[in-house]
Amino acid sequence: MKIAVCIKRTPDSESRFRIAASGAAIDETGLKFDIDDFASYAVEAALQLNEKAGGGETVVYALGPDTVQESLRKAMSMGADRAVHLKADAVPADGLAIAKALAAELASGGYDLILFGKHAFDSSAGVVGTAVAELLGLPCVTAASELKIENGAGMARRELEGSAEMLTFPLPAVITIDEGVARPRYPSLKGIMAAKKKPLESKPAQLGAVRVTAQKAELPPERPAGRIVGEGVTAIPELVKLLQNEAKVL
Amino acid sequence: MANVLVFAEARGGELRKIALEAVTAARQLADATGGGDVHALLVGAPGIAAKATQLGTYGADVVFVAEGAEFATFARESVAATLAERAKAGSYRAVVIGFSAQGRDLGPRVAAKLDAPIASDVTEIAASGDTLTVKHPGYANKVVLTLVLSGPMAVISVRPSAFTAKENAKAARVEVVAAVPASTPVVTITEVKEGAKGRPDLGDAPIIISGGRGLKAAENFKLVEDLADAFGNAAVGATRAVTDDGWRPHSDQIGQTGRQVSPQLYVAVGISGAIQHLAGMRTSKTIVAINKDKEAPIFKVADYGIVGDVLEVLPAFTAAVREARKGQG
Ligand SMILES: Cc1cc2nc3c(=O)[nH]c(=O)nc-3n(C[C@H](O)[C@H](O)[C@H](O)COP(=O)(O)OP(=O)(O)OC[C@H]3O[C@@H](n4cnc5c(N)ncnc54)[C@H](O)[C@@H]3O)c2cc1C
Ligand SMILES: Nc1ncnc2c1ncn2[C@@H]1O[C@H](COP(=O)(O)O)[C@@H](O)[C@H]1O
Repeated sequence: MKIAVCIKRTPDSESRFRIAASGAAIDETGLKFDIDDFASYAVEAALQLNEKAGGGETVVYALGPDTVQESLRKAMSMGADRAVHLKADAVPADGLAIAKALAAELASGGYDLILFGKHAFDSSAGVVGTAVAELLGLPCVTAASELKIENGAGMARRELEGSAEMLTFPLPAVITIDEGVARPRYPSLKGIMAAKKKPLESKPAQLGAVRVTAQKAELPPERPAGRIVGEGVTAIPELVKLLQNEAKVL
Repeated sequence: MANVLVFAEARGGELRKIALEAVTAARQLADATGGGDVHALLVGAPGIAAKATQLGTYGADVVFVAEGAEFATFARESVAATLAERAKAGSYRAVVIGFSAQGRDLGPRVAAKLDAPIASDVTEIAASGDTLTVKHPGYANKVVLTLVLSGPMAVISVRPSAFTAKENAKAARVEVVAAVPASTPVVTITEVKEGAKGRPDLGDAPIIISGGRGLKAAENFKLVEDLADAFGNAAVGATRAVTDDGWRPHSDQIGQTGRQVSPQLYVAVGISGAIQHLAGMRTSKTIVAINKDKEAPIFKVADYGIVGDVLEVLPAFTAAVREARKGQG
């Protein structure tokens, strides 16, 4: 199968964040960056589907400044065959604008499947994949927690609140990947070496008007410091009293 | 003065809590523009029209109802097409949707159809002139972003529980509209697997009892269930360690890669408090933690901590809650 995976480069989710001097973004100094978590599940899902099919091509796309090439190389070291870098000075906060630029590029790719993460860690938005599907007029499963392709047709599972849908869909299709589909592999040394020779094409992104911008970034208020009520069963009466009189939840 | 269109989510013939919250958010936005009208779109299986008056109670001036047998389950493509068609028919300042499982799917589809900028998982909305300004917790709730959306119409999806549904009765006019069929190839729903019955969803529950690896074995989740029962209307959550081990379904997972919740009370039992777990529950109003390790990071965010063995403390806590709730009905 011919599979495209769109990946975003985001800071490590374990990072401690500070706000940049501009007050409108995080301070990136000292942060570790990698492929965003859900997009890395999507890369793994693509690799496994093609391994199971015994062939095909996995192509990774990233829109952003030159630094995103590092994420594209990482995906190739996991096993992706080639990469496309859509060059932009910065990644906008406008998910639909990103989707348009990616869709313009993906439209002529002849892909059976186009995969995304269900949302990116930094934007925490979940817009780009589903919007690309809409722009390309393709069927889309948003946040699939299981994914199978058999005899040219797809099957997926999607969690709703308190229930789950089992879905089938025709190819080509767009799927955004939730946790549970696949755990990303670590690149092997051989994979890392091979990735250096794999093709990485870089071209300008067709970014149109950007209509969503970040005006301010703030750290959320800290919770007041925790309090230990006591030890073991003997602390229960005090806890119950606090829940009744102070928290008023009982 | 501008009108706002809101998607009123229903499931199983009932309005969801998020529908009323979204109407409240839309009402706030319409008022902020100088007092426009709120128009709600209600889509569902035949009979759903009966729920339209309830939307009026929460501030909808007009309720458009599209009924169709296909809406017994989430016919996403035609729901999106119907919503976009409705949005084009009026001149709306914004389309407000809940950031629920359905809403996450609808928002980007509708934004693309309308070529309107979109902001997801929004906790506050303000309007001024040509721009909408929203707050959205990004970076898995670690950084709060203020986003500015330009253009005549925007799609805003609102975070569950961020807007408290408020009664604001309007004599809602009900108008029947035709459902718009999907124009693209669709996904087919072959089955809907219902989860455990009798408990509220994690997103709706005022109280969540959540268990971690400290419970030691899947069977010990019975103790968590018992405490949830003692509280009466509590939901049960879990950490990724637990869902990975298959003790609980993936859909119960709370955290950065699972559900993000904000209940009145969150009880964390046998949970270490890893940063990815905290990302999903740190905005809970009151947090209680039970852990045998007094250095566990969960105690840093817990309003009330008990250091102890969950297998001993939980049954005693459950009994005490039962006792305290006796006679409360
Ligand atoms: C990219 C990424 C995403 C992630 N997303 C999530 C997510 O969404 N949600 C999530 O939960 N995790 C997530 N994780 C995993 C997270 O890092 C932790 O591994 C996980 O939350 C730990 O679960 P736990 O607290 O149940 O287990 P542990 O960390 O093993 O903690 C068990 C706790 O139980 C206590 N304990 C043991 N025995 C007893 C006893 N008898 N009585 C009382 N206490 C006892 C221990 O002191 C310990 O604190 C993610 C990790 C990564 C890398
Ligand atoms: N700049 C980008 N380049 C490539 N893919 C992206 C980019 N931004 C987002 N994506 C993809 O879209 C998914 C959802 O992102 P978002 O809509 O921002 O939550 C991510 O997990 C990626 O798969």
